[in-house]
Amino acid sequence: MSSTHAEPTNFAFTEANMKLVEKAIRKYPEGRQMSAVKSLLDLAQRQMGVETGSAWLPRAAMDKVAEILGVAPIRVYEVATFYTMFNLEPVGKFHLQVCTTTPCWLRGSDDIVSACKKVSGIKHFGETSADGLFTLKEVECLGACVNAPVLQVNDDYFEDMDAERTQALLEDLKAGKPLPPAGSLGGRESSAPAPGPTTLLSKPTAGE
Amino acid sequence: MAKLTIDGIEVEVPNGSTVIQAAEAAGIEIPRFCYHERLSVAGNCRMCLVEIEKMPPKPVASCGQPVADGMVVHTDSEMVRKGRRGVMEFLLINHPLDCPICDQGGECDLQDEAVAYGRDASRYEEDKRSVAQPDWGPLVRTTMTRCIHCTRCVRFTTEVAGTAEIGGTFRGESTKISTYVEKALTSELSGNIIDLCPVGALTSKPYAFTARPWELRKTDSIDVLDAVGSNIRIDARGAEVLRILPRINDDVNEEWLGDKSRFSVDGLKRRRLDRPWIRENGKLRAASWEEAFAAIAGKVKATAPAKMGALTGDLADLESMLALKEFFGGLGSKNIDCRIDGAAFDATKRAYYLFNTSIAGIEEADALLIIGSNPRHEAPVLNARIRKRWLAGGLKVGLIGAASDLTYKYDHVGEAPVVLQALLDGAHPFAEVLKSAQKPMLILGAGGLSRSDGAAIHATAWKLAAQFNMLTPDWHGFNVLHHAASRVGALDLGFLPCEGAMDAKAMLSGGVDVLWLLGADNETVRSIPAQTFVVYQGHHGDAGAARADIILPGAAYTEKDGLYVNTEGRLQQAFVAVKPPGDAREDWRILRAISAYLGHALPYDTLEQLRDHLKAEYPVFAAEFRRLAGTDLAAPAAAGALSSVPFTPLLTNYYQTDAISRSSPTMAACVAAHHPALAEAAE
Repeated sequence: MSSTHAEPTNFAFTEANMKLVEKAIRKYPEGRQMSAVKSLLDLAQRQMGVETGSAWLPRAAMDKVAEILGVAPIRVYEVATFYTMFNLEPVGKFHLQVCTTTPCWLRGSDDIVSACKKVSGIKHFGETSADGLFTLKEVECLGACVNAPVLQVNDDYFEDMDAERTQALLEDLKAGKPLPPAGSLGGRESSAPAPGPTTLLSKPTAGE
Repeated sequence: MAKLTIDGIEVEVPNGSTVIQAAEAAGIEIPRFCYHERLSVAGNCRMCLVEIEKMPPKPVASCGQPVADGMVVHTDSEMVRKGRRGVMEFLLINHPLDCPICDQGGECDLQDEAVAYGRDASRYEEDKRSVAQPDWGPLVRTTMTRCIHCTRCVRFTTEVAGTAEIGGTFRGESTKISTYVEKALTSELSGNIIDLCPVGALTSKPYAFTARPWELRKTDSIDVLDAVGSNIRIDARGAEVLRILPRINDDVNEEWLGDKSRFSVDGLKRRRLDRPWIRENGKLRAASWEEAFAAIAGKVKATAPAKMGALTGDLADLESMLALKEFFGGLGSKNIDCRIDGAAFDATKRAYYLFNTSIAGIEEADALLIIGSNPRHEAPVLNARIRKRWLAGGLKVGLIGAASDLTYKYDHVGEAPVVLQALLDGAHPFAEVLKSAQKPMLILGAGGLSRSDGAAIHATAWKLAAQFNMLTPDWHGFNVLHHAASRVGALDLGFLPCEGAMDAKAMLSGGVDVLWLLGADNETVRSIPAQTFVVYQGHHGDAGAARADIILPGAAYTEKDGLYVNTEGRLQQAFVAVKPPGDAREDWRILRAISAYLGHALPYDTLEQLRDHLKAEYPVFAAEFRRLAGTDLAAPAAAGALSSVPFTPLLTNYYQTDAISRSSPTMAACVAAHHPALAEAAE
């Protein structure tokens, strides 16, 4: 992994983010600033992503959040370790999260996983590719069962995936192309039936 | 009040109580792991299930269920038994069945309750969880595979100790009670999480694999390593004290104990004086009692009474101090002093040197001014009481002295004694806080009294108390926090030089030719001039013994029946747990023997006679403990002015403050972990 992902010894919010930090804290009454902990951790993780190319939470960032909120660091560690969305270790530029819960699995999530491994060269879940581009994780239901299977890349959901689409998407990312618009890559409009909108009067269509 | 029926027993408890508390009041035991009456309710172990009529038909966790009038509770119905069996089976899924190699065995809640409420065998055949064992420092041994996530340790460190370092990290099956960042626990009360842990996840590191609880002889006693007088239980096997645990006393230590008091036990069997020694040609040689007494007698007979003196150390019991005082009285010497730290303040009235509010009384206070003290180090259990009051809300704390983390927020009023004058004049904003308080109190530390302006600080603090409504018929807010367990008892005994006699400072600097040290091991004894003939009576080869010409081996606090008066003025009795080593004897007996040898036999042959004599001579020891009323406003005598030199902390190192803790390898390990610079300097 590149040296920019080494554990930093200190962390400070940027001026712009500090404004967001203050805004988040202001949402809660005096004495309840701790309620803003998740917002602050998220901001810190995003800032790390922007600054180092890896959106993760080093200890220095958690300590900073604790300092801002005036709580013991362990209270922040408890929250950060509880939620899987907080990355306690450096991740690749593209954080691939494949849902393998039942609906996605029935609709072929195994193929998505294989495609991810093939393109990135990752062997096991949790690993980061040698080029530092991809980290592959297996996650539980992402709540997009209607357009299963789903692959989450950083903040975006890519739905109706299959091996080819996954491969094409990751190759594009590898080639430095920007992420396509999020949503179904199978041409489906939001969560409407795949062959197109239907009405109660029309004949039911079988799924794709 | 709410009236409810539990298993057919009617019980009335205050509103807001929980069902488990009501059951306790009714004398019915409900099994529990996470619930603890001195911690917040977590409700996560689910062991305390009960059935409550006219509630949804499912078991209810009684620890978190508030009582209601007319509730009918069953703690032993079929539903309850089945529920508890199920909970027990789930708890045991990931709990290793390693009881034979677990230190908790024999005093394990999980073990006991598995027998009482569990199934006979587990149906679980899959792999068990196993986790890494973090290092939490030299005192607490972790075996987190055994952890059942009751979070008692998390709640204790967060709520009582005030050092939030342990937390529940990760989640689900991966949940770990950990510090996340591996580190030694920084609390002075960390040993209590060992007692709180209902399983063998947290055990005592120094005591690991030493003994089983059923092998131990248990003796109730009193701790003497600070002036709080925590109630303890001494567990011994054979001639060896193996561990010390706290006993419950809601007025003193609740059920907590400081780490030094708990873990210094290994110091009790190291560097012990087990026979008399005589210094000949600059070298100590082992001697018999007879020889030692003869040497003392020769010196004493050749010395004028006015050139002899006696000093008591920090750990002395009341009986031996009385014997020493009367022994010196018999010799005709009035040079006696207990204030070896040089604290020269007016001790003519008891209220001048007691913790008058009482420790439990802290919970009534609404403003507190700490002067020249760091209660977290000088009396960690008492500090926990201040924190408890502070957490309840409405307590404002001010500190005059060196800033430090006291585990509660405070206004740093100032560093030097001159600020007291500013408070008196109303020139400092904290004066407003004191003025508007209903029950304000102040704590004057022993470190503040041993300064050269100690008497002035003492008198000014009293004036402050009088001015700010701290002295009223039903409230006494003037408190002295001592650090030496013997000090209040010695002051009650009048172990002080009378008019014209020499005080500790004069005696230590060569004023006397014969100086008797009763366990006095403070650094100052090292500077006694060479021409002074020093008799050291004590139990450890520490500073006093190093300087002594004659060493008389005495008994440590675990080895004698002794009376101690804590900083509140509470008289408490310690009991003998083991015999003193070798030729060492109880200290009052040594003094009785030497007094007879010198022809001034003390008028008591047994401890009972001595105590009867003590109570007859000093009625204060015959009286029941009660808080003093602040009706006498006369200020103590004062000499000199307040200085502008900042207060310095009394203790630079909490872990090593006396001969016992300085001899303890465990305490040395704590110093190495928490004060690496000090540990290096000692090497």
